[in-house]
Amino acid sequence: MTKKEKEPEHNSIGIVNTEYFTFCEPPHPLKLSNGRKLGPVTLAYETYGTLNENKSNAVLILHALSGNAHAAGYHSDKDKAPGWWDTYIGPGKAFDTDKYFIICSNVIGGCSGSTGPASLNPSSGKPYALDFPMVTISDMVNAQKKLIDHLGIKKLLSVAGGSMGGMQALQWTISYPDMVESCIGIATSASLSAQGIALNEVGRQAIFNDPKWNGGNYYDSSFPKAGLSLARMIGHITYLSEKHMHEKFGRKFQDSANAGNDMNPEFMVESYLRHQGVKFVERFDANSYIYITRAIDHFDLRADYGDSLTAAFENVSANYLIISFTTDWLYPTGNSKEIVRALRVNGKNVNYTDIETDNGHDAFLLPNELLEKNIKNFLKSELKKSEI
Amino acid sequence: MEELKIGYDLVIDEIPEGSRVLDLGCGDGTLLKLLQEQKNISGFGVEISEEGVSQCVEKGVYCYQADIDEGLSDYRDNSFDYVILNQTIQNTKRPDYVIKEVLRIGKKSIVSFPNFGYYRTRAYLMFKGTMPVSKLLPYQWYDSPNIHLLTIKDMIRMAEDFSFSIISEKHFSLSGVDRSNVISIAPNLMAEYGFFVITSIES
Repeated sequence: MTKKEKEPEHNSIGIVNTEYFTFCEPPHPLKLSNGRKLGPVTLAYETYGTLNENKSNAVLILHALSGNAHAAGYHSDKDKAPGWWDTYIGPGKAFDTDKYFIICSNVIGGCSGSTGPASLNPSSGKPYALDFPMVTISDMVNAQKKLIDHLGIKKLLSVAGGSMGGMQALQWTISYPDMVESCIGIATSASLSAQGIALNEVGRQAIFNDPKWNGGNYYDSSFPKAGLSLARMIGHITYLSEKHMHEKFGRKFQDSANAGNDMNPEFMVESYLRHQGVKFVERFDANSYIYITRAIDHFDLRADYGDSLTAAFENVSANYLIISFTTDWLYPTGNSKEIVRALRVNGKNVNYTDIETDNGHDAFLLPNELLEKNIKNFLKSELKKSEI
Repeated sequence: MEELKIGYDLVIDEIPEGSRVLDLGCGDGTLLKLLQEQKNISGFGVEISEEGVSQCVEKGVYCYQADIDEGLSDYRDNSFDYVILNQTIQNTKRPDYVIKEVLRIGKKSIVSFPNFGYYRTRAYLMFKGTMPVSKLLPYQWYDSPNIHLLTIKDMIRMAEDFSFSIISEKHFSLSGVDRSNVISIAPNLMAEYGFFVITSIES
């Protein structure tokens, strides 16, 4: 989401590689929630650290809307920025690669090495585009389950993620209760608010209304960059709090000498958003943006269980660490409290804290001492409990 | 956050092995941790400060951040063997509501609080004419979290008014930071702290 400060080199995991696992080859496709079938399926993933002898120290990291498998370290010496959660993953960090075997899996529907709308449709030999089936958070998790089986891991010490990553983590504990010891859900929700859906829809409309989108068929011509970059700009507004935005940019001008003379970006906040938009289209596929935001919008654990969130968490066996941020208005505190309430009512073990910060939804990606400490201590005690 | 271990020994004595325990206002989680170690309980804490929660996480004690005046209604009847209100009831906005909920969700509850009827507290008010400030009540009236101070006798009257039973009373004064001396003679005058085990389940 927002750009991170470059990390000090000394506690980086170093150079890492993305790996790929292909499964559900014909005639055994992946069955999706809507009844459609998908195969073969490829998932991009990265691993850091070492799996211990008992295979009891594996932690699965799940990413948010625009994330990918590259959560930590660098792909080459030339990389300017590390993976998206390098602040929290590495030697001695919250997800300590000296202690845990960290796996970060991409999602189906994505565009960063996993099967998605830009992948070749085996039946036509052309990119799927909108022939790609709708996928849900639960489908993403079912695909990841195949990856975990492939890695020979029977039980994950933890599943962890922020935002949509947290949704996947929650879904993991419900879909595969016997495979997860614990769950870390940060700035997440059991369902997105109407306001969140509305903002996702505005982003999608920006893409739909770009003439280059062409009903999703643009892979052999020029990409709908204008639409996707506008969607990203809207996204970025939702990731920041009003206060954080004010502190970061205020009313400062980018180029005060020229202010008010033309339509070029004038305020720093404008130029920041445009930069984020431009940068994003270089690495993300517009159709994936549509599919993944749809998956987020449709995620609804309450609806899945007869309009009862309590029922959704009735049979989970994981222990939870749920964290929200006081200024997050995209996944507000109340959303986390609902999850905590459902867990409490079922007598499940849950830690919950609402961390005070000005950083809004983005807080889970930014350095935060309390977040770091809570993750680190939670994992430590969950590992200890799992070994008894 | 340095916590005084007020009445911890009495609470630990009271709670049987393997109980399910909810500690309202659990602070840094020390009491629940001790109960886990000594009585192998399943413990759950509620704490208002994010610092307290993170200290609980560090100890491996499950705790959620909330105001205890909210959220108790979510629990099912008799969800816990014990609900602990240790030095907490006088901090709540609605002690009447909290007591009713605690009796509903816990089979038994432990309520312990600084006794405002303690003779030195009475004397302080009598002779100085200002709100008592002491080791027992270490706050000025304007910054005190103790918004509903009470005496041992008040709790006994509450049992009548709210029709719950008092299973046992172990009113005490402190010797040292974590040792309790149970006071059985004229406790409302002589004990620094009130200590009740209560229930709404008819025997």
